[in-house]
Amino acid sequence: MSTVTCRQLCKTFGEGELAVHALSDINIDFDLGSFACLSGPSGSGKTTLLNMIGGLDTPSSGEITIADQRVDLMNKAELANMRLKHIGFVFQAYNLIPVLSAKENVEFVMQLQGVSTSERDQRTMKILEEVGLKGLEDRRPAEMSGGQQQRVAVARAIVSSPALVLADEPTANLDSVTADNLMELLRELNEIHGTTFIISTHDKLVMSYAKRLIKMHDGKIIKDIPQ
Amino acid sequence: MNIPLTILTTIAWRNVWRNHRRTLVMLAAIAVGVWSMVWLTAIMRGMVDQMIKDSIENFTGHIQIHAYGYRDDPAIENSMPAPGDELKSTLSDPRIKSWSTRIKVPGVVTSERESLGVTIVGIDPQEERGLLFLEEDISEGHNLKSAGDKGIVIGKKLAERLETKLGRRVVLMSQDPENNIVDRGFRVIGIFDTEMEATETGFVFVGRNYAQNILKMGDQVSELALITDNYRNLGSLVTSVQAAASSMEVLPWDELDPYTGTMLGVIDGFVLVWIVVVFVAMSFGLINTLLMAVFERTREIGLIQALGMKPNLILLQVLIESFFLLTIGLLLGNLLAWLTILPIADGWDISGLGTEGLEYAGMSSILYPVILTSDVVTSNVVVIVLGLIASLYPAWRAARYVPVEAITRM
Repeated sequence: MSTVTCRQLCKTFGEGELAVHALSDINIDFDLGSFACLSGPSGSGKTTLLNMIGGLDTPSSGEITIADQRVDLMNKAELANMRLKHIGFVFQAYNLIPVLSAKENVEFVMQLQGVSTSERDQRTMKILEEVGLKGLEDRRPAEMSGGQQQRVAVARAIVSSPALVLADEPTANLDSVTADNLMELLRELNEIHGTTFIISTHDKLVMSYAKRLIKMHDGKIIKDIPQ
Repeated sequence: MNIPLTILTTIAWRNVWRNHRRTLVMLAAIAVGVWSMVWLTAIMRGMVDQMIKDSIENFTGHIQIHAYGYRDDPAIENSMPAPGDELKSTLSDPRIKSWSTRIKVPGVVTSERESLGVTIVGIDPQEERGLLFLEEDISEGHNLKSAGDKGIVIGKKLAERLETKLGRRVVLMSQDPENNIVDRGFRVIGIFDTEMEATETGFVFVGRNYAQNILKMGDQVSELALITDNYRNLGSLVTSVQAAASSMEVLPWDELDPYTGTMLGVIDGFVLVWIVVVFVAMSFGLINTLLMAVFERTREIGLIQALGMKPNLILLQVLIESFFLLTIGLLLGNLLAWLTILPIADGWDISGLGTEGLEYAGMSSILYPVILTSDVVTSNVVVIVLGLIASLYPAWRAARYVPVEAITRM
């Protein structure tokens, strides 16, 4: 069963002669439990494709289906609801809410979902331990390193067991050791929890962890290689 | 819909304190605005109350009853009978603190040197307690002792003009119901000194029963004045008194003294305008503060949208932040107002502030601030309600961000 399906997906920025085709006729499926990397040079359409799948932006044409729901037909509130229930995000930077502690950042999505306090506490402490942040629960983002912040973001992305986690250049601001540790963590989560990961990157280290490598260029998929 | 109030209020509260300096400046603006609303309103209310007390509660009363035609021509033939049982029963209403009947006719007072036109007021000094200034403002001699007292009490300025003084005799002249001139000599037993020159020169006071006797009025009177526990809400009382005195003219103080009544209306209107003007000035600062906060946090708002927060919750979060700012500002403003009113609660002598002309407006130079619950509630409600309405714009701006644009904005 496919978790994510894209059909004839196009995204064009601007009009007329100034039009830029960020995505052109993308057809791709991501199965449950995938660990896929979107790679390619800047401007190849990786982030745009992630944004479309995550409902952060709307396609110019084409269809996106996640868990049998047409994302491209949803309004803003429905998209927010879909993201809340089915998708976890890890961004390149500025991932956390600065006024909340590590624990509160992880709990944030569960609070929006209406999860009870006791269950929130239990799941948060467990996931923070899993990502190696036990003892740092009360630290604010400004009091943590870049790697620790990304771990909090990963914990937040997976704590409510979403079907899909979208990560946009998650290692871009990390040193190689921290990046390696983070990728190890994502792989473990994929293997232990069966979470589907779609990661955009041009970091070779990240690509080395991928079970499926999708190369993009000028808004098109030029290679789709299982590894 | 599930509204995660705990996390919304947590984020909103912490956001308020993210930029301490800006928050403190905004709080200072709200606090000073609220302080000025409450403090100035209390001062203005105090001035009005003083004016009412000086010019209404000391002579006019809150409600008067006359024979129809008396106010156009206060002659003796426009007198009315003493109150009957039905009217007396109505006058025992618990809202009425006291009432009295008076003779009030035009006349001439003559000394051995001067003659002047005055209004002769016949009173029962026992009934007038709490209704008439005379008891407190006697500067020489004493007040009338009873309704049958044969002495006269005149104003200080009138005594100067008549070139007479305490203990001397003056003659009062007026007309009886048959238009015959009647006159009688009176010994000056008291001289009163008020802040109003017109009162000192315009009225002389004699015993009511003695005046009725001289003027051959029987038990007829010119007016009935009464005072109540609240000069602001007289509508229902006027109606019930009018029902009991259907053949008389029953008027509240603001119709008897339109100048003071109009002043009160103007001050009430001014208070509202003042509150709105202060708020409008304050709201620009509030909108600016929230817009700055929203613009600064564009990426953060994009992030929480990406994580699944719905647009209406983002709007609610900005409104909660605004509510915190407004509430803290209100608390500070009210506290400041209380602290600045407390030292002058027992009276503020404003005679040194170039206020010599106040007495002509019927006001004393000692000002007693009055805090009405309704004024404080109005100020606070205006700030909260209009403040939240003003905050809707920045909140709406935050709620309509497109997540991908917000996240990538530098």
